Amino acid sequence: MKDAFGLSAIYWIVHRELKLTMRRKSDAITPLLFFVIVTSLFPLSVGTDVEMLRRIAPGVLWVTALLATMLSLPRLFEQDYADGTLEQLALSPAPLSAMVVGKVVAYWLMTGLPLALLAPLLALQFYLPTTSILILATTLLIGTPVLALIGSIGASLTLGLRGGGVLVALLVLPLYVPVLIFGTGAVDAAASGLGATANVSLLTAMLLVAGFFSPMATTAALRIALE
Amino acid sequence: MPWFAAAAFCLTVAGLYVGFFMAPTDAQQGDGYRIIFLHVPVSWMSMFIYVVMAFWAAVGLIFNSRLSAMMASALAPTGAMFAFLSLWTGALWGKPMWGTWWVWDARLTSELILLFLYMGFMALQSAIDDQRRADKAGAVLALVGVVNIPVIYFSVQWWNTLHQGASVSLTQAPSMATIMLIGMLLMALAAWMYTIAVALMRVRCIILEREYRTAWVNDLKEIRQ
Amino acid sequence: MNWTNPNEFFAMGGYATYVWGSVGVTVLVLYAECLFLLKRRKTALAHVKRDAALGAEDSK
Repeated sequence: MKDAFGLSAIYWIVHRELKLTMRRKSDAITPLLFFVIVTSLFPLSVGTDVEMLRRIAPGVLWVTALLATMLSLPRLFEQDYADGTLEQLALSPAPLSAMVVGKVVAYWLMTGLPLALLAPLLALQFYLPTTSILILATTLLIGTPVLALIGSIGASLTLGLRGGGVLVALLVLPLYVPVLIFGTGAVDAAASGLGATANVSLLTAMLLVAGFFSPMATTAALRIALE
Repeated sequence: MPWFAAAAFCLTVAGLYVGFFMAPTDAQQGDGYRIIFLHVPVSWMSMFIYVVMAFWAAVGLIFNSRLSAMMASALAPTGAMFAFLSLWTGALWGKPMWGTWWVWDARLTSELILLFLYMGFMALQSAIDDQRRADKAGAVLALVGVVNIPVIYFSVQWWNTLHQGASVSLTQAPSMATIMLIGMLLMALAAWMYTIAVALMRVRCIILEREYRTAWVNDLKEIRQ
Repeated sequence: MNWTNPNEFFAMGGYATYVWGSVGVTVLVLYAECLFLLKRRKTALAHVKRDAALGAEDSK
């Protein structure tokens, strides 16, 4: 098994995670329900003025998606940490960072991707025009992996700590700011005729940078937690 | 350490004297601009301390030295305090000059997020009971934060130009009189000295708290008295 | 010297609330930090002393 990059390990982990999630479906569904319910609360609380809803829609959907991602973050490593699987994985010959990448990918497939797919549907509640909906979905597709990558750092740092959930929020939310800005900015920019290309490419750049650095940070944090 | 404290005190007195007595009243902003002598030094310090903190954190992580990790955690509260003061004095300066306490400007927003980063660092360290893990986890977080600060700054700046909300330009700094600059630099130096004194003091506390069982601590003259 | 009398100095050309508000809070916060630090040092020293005394008793 000569696999320098641990690609087979990544594949194996993704496969395993998806299988596990399929057995505990509620874990994957809860963040989505949260997303649907919270976004539906907004028209009920701020009124149904079409113009206003249109204006706040990108922000509301993005912030709610961000919170939904964050709420499920503690689950990323908790289970494996509690039952000792994580320790075994760290000792296995496959690189730990490959395992981290696999876990984040699986996590994104289970939360980020459904959120991004669900968002266009919810955007209809906010009377968003079709072009804006498409841009919103695109930015969510690119942005949610970044959220998952950055979030994995927070999840690994707070592994096994009391009050971990709130702490994750405190650590991760400030780091989410740029993603949020460019994600919502894309829709606004397109609406004001500037075009969303710049925002989308900046988001993609962030994804690449986060994809490179955050597994390293997460791996380091996991090793610290396992010591 | 007492020397740094004394230097901080003297420099503060000198800086305040220059700032509040020698510097002339500003033509545009009247005497309200005198907040600058507090605002600019604390803002510089709040940013600089984070970088120094991240530096010590990195040293601690790479060379596995406990003292540098202790330095990092000794700096965090002071940095958070300066970030808060920077926001506070900024708000009090903004109100009479721009008519508002708060502007969603790149610098202000970044400073706010910097305060959150300090808070996160301290919260993480205090949540972990195991000292070594607390040090290392804090170090990783500090490094992640330091990478993010420029990204946050530029993203907020970009966002701000898009939103073009309050059209307040902070960058058109009127050419500063030399005497004002001197006052500001004196105050900045004072903030430096203060930070060094306080951080060293705090690091000694941390050492005392952690190493209270070692022989050399028990042989200190403060203990033997 | 800019100020002809103390009142003028404290009035800060009409910006008294803002200028003295910043100065006051800054001084307060710095003072509080020093106070906390001294207290922390005292507690730590007392702890070490107690521990050392206990250790000395044990070895007797």
